[in-house]
Amino acid sequence: MKIHEYQGKEVLRKHGVPTLNGVAAKTPDAAVEAAKAVGGSVWVVKSQVHAGGRGKGRFLGEVDEAAIALAAKGEDAPGKGGVRVVKDLESVRAAAQAMLGNTLVTKQTGLSGAKVNTVYIEQGCQIVKEYYLAVLLDRGAGKTVVMVSQEGGTEIEEVAEHRPEAIVKEWADPLTGLGSWQARNLAFALGLSGKAVGNFVKVAQGLFRAFNAADCSMLEINPLILTADEQILPLDAKVTFDDNALFRHPEYAAYEDPAEVDPQEQEAAKYELSYVKLDGNIGCLVNGAGLAMATMDIIKFYGEEPANFLDVGGGANKEKVTAAFKIITADPAVKGILVNIFGGIMKCDVIAEGVLAAVRDTGLNVPLVVRLEGTNVDLGKKIIAESGLRVIAADSMSDAAQKIVSAVRGV
Amino acid sequence: MAILVDKNTRLLVQGITGSAGGFHASQCRAYGTNVVAGVTPGKGGTFFEGVVPIFDTVDQAVKATGANASMIFVPPPFAADAILEAADAGVKLVVPITEGIPVRDMLPIMAFLKERGVRMIGPNCPGIITPGQCKIGIMPGHIHRPGRIGVVSRSGTLTYEAVGQLTRLGLGQSTAIGIGGDPIIGTKHIDALQLFNADPDTDAIIMIGEIGGSAEEEASAWAGLNCKKPIVGFIAGATAPPGRRMGHAGAIISGGQGTAEAKYEAMQKAGIHVVRSPAEMGAKLAELIGHKV
Repeated sequence: MKIHEYQGKEVLRKHGVPTLNGVAAKTPDAAVEAAKAVGGSVWVVKSQVHAGGRGKGRFLGEVDEAAIALAAKGEDAPGKGGVRVVKDLESVRAAAQAMLGNTLVTKQTGLSGAKVNTVYIEQGCQIVKEYYLAVLLDRGAGKTVVMVSQEGGTEIEEVAEHRPEAIVKEWADPLTGLGSWQARNLAFALGLSGKAVGNFVKVAQGLFRAFNAADCSMLEINPLILTADEQILPLDAKVTFDDNALFRHPEYAAYEDPAEVDPQEQEAAKYELSYVKLDGNIGCLVNGAGLAMATMDIIKFYGEEPANFLDVGGGANKEKVTAAFKIITADPAVKGILVNIFGGIMKCDVIAEGVLAAVRDTGLNVPLVVRLEGTNVDLGKKIIAESGLRVIAADSMSDAAQKIVSAVRGV
Repeated sequence: MAILVDKNTRLLVQGITGSAGGFHASQCRAYGTNVVAGVTPGKGGTFFEGVVPIFDTVDQAVKATGANASMIFVPPPFAADAILEAADAGVKLVVPITEGIPVRDMLPIMAFLKERGVRMIGPNCPGIITPGQCKIGIMPGHIHRPGRIGVVSRSGTLTYEAVGQLTRLGLGQSTAIGIGGDPIIGTKHIDALQLFNADPDTDAIIMIGEIGGSAEEEASAWAGLNCKKPIVGFIAGATAPPGRRMGHAGAIISGGQGTAEAKYEAMQKAGIHVVRSPAEMGAKLAELIGHKV
């Protein structure tokens, strides 16, 4: 689960990480009030969207198409970005006005952009240098790793690709945590000296504490800054929670921003369906995550693109299959549907009944290919064949993929 | 022989009185697995299906029945504790089927298991089966045949798909392992390859990976240098977008890491026979070992 920067900083503060003063606002008036509450004479107005690269992002309607195209590539474009430094209250209002309700296009949002519903008004500060810091799971090592780089502000993927030696890591032992000595190793690797070293250790250990206590799967601070008075502060905060641990953090429900989630994905979540919307035109309904991905892949293998990932799970019943069908067909891009079920504990005849019920319930305006395999497969196929519905039966995954590809191409 | 489980495996089931635990314990028994005990705190002294004794603690169950493997169906908030209990009681193979265990709960477990010499398969996995001898998990037993092909995969139904293809071609399986879809798992691809490589009853291997992490790359690098047996490889998720979790907690491309392309590349470099279509796994393996249908 992703959250906004202002929410992330709230989590960090709770665990003793120093942050700049800031207040979130949903209207230009509230933004002005927020700036007054923050105090000082320089503010940064920051668009709150889950995507990164906001500084170089541009707003639809505020700049021309060419500038938007550049912004979508993460390149410098004319016009103002999604993060603005302002020096008086009227400018706070103007910046908030320009952002709120408008769509920000960044390298990570793609051309469609993300709508800004909240701005974060933060106090300005004097930045001496920018760094990168992330706390995340090293799956290979089975440990939490804290990694830093001197190249703050740059995407870590880029650093990893071009200058991997610039990334320095310390692995925390699950029993002892992140030692002060490890945090100092990182501080010196960043070239810090004087009071900044002690300040960095406090921040790094605070971030590590927050990562564990809040059950994060990723905590990325880019940039982490050194200020003129030797403070170390997170200027941005990208916090992602481990979905599997949400049950012990009921307080996170308040962090959920429906505007950031695709409506079909929200609908899927209600039925405990695992659904991810994609850009293609063949909808997929599959049991099991691995098989669902493999089904997407085989559609591509035969020359078309999947419209979604959808795992109905092990306990799919008629209700779930019907919901899945409705979600798939609600996507106007879908020109055909492929159902691929390997019946294990779940019997193929039960799935066949579910599929037919869903088709009768929701109607069917696009070609539907059904491939059943596994437990009670013959009975399942018989039920489909005798249904009288326009369902194309398939024998294997390749047969199914080829049939649905032909069907959407109208050949 | 096969690997890890066979007719000598004595299975206990943690969470045997729950609906999933009970159902699958029953299915495993029907397949022929020697289910010797169940554990549910507070239900000690009763029996499952009238014959399998239920105990309050794993320690009691192991002492009374000599159980040497545990299948775990305990819900996510309590699953990590159940794994530790089994390991501490001296069970040498634990198979948590449970999906949805928080990563933070799993991290300290690995050292605990290592110290006690315990192997874990999973969590969030379908389990392990040596056809004709022992089934621990939720896979449909009837699609398997005893034979000489090893199968290892992170996914459940995709494992069944590979097994189904093999069986249809007349190729049986020595052992099929679903190692699980979580970011932290007890048995990784490399471990399974090492076991299959050393197993005299396995001739060839199907290795199925998916996006996320770098376990497939590590396993491939090892196999390229050490594995004497032919391997067919497939990676699920070549069409998955970065930054999105594809069902499994571990199936996510993040920070440019864990792409299908990187894994395919590592496999090819190691001499693993890659198939880009999941429908070709069985056929490719048959071709490699000269098996005529």
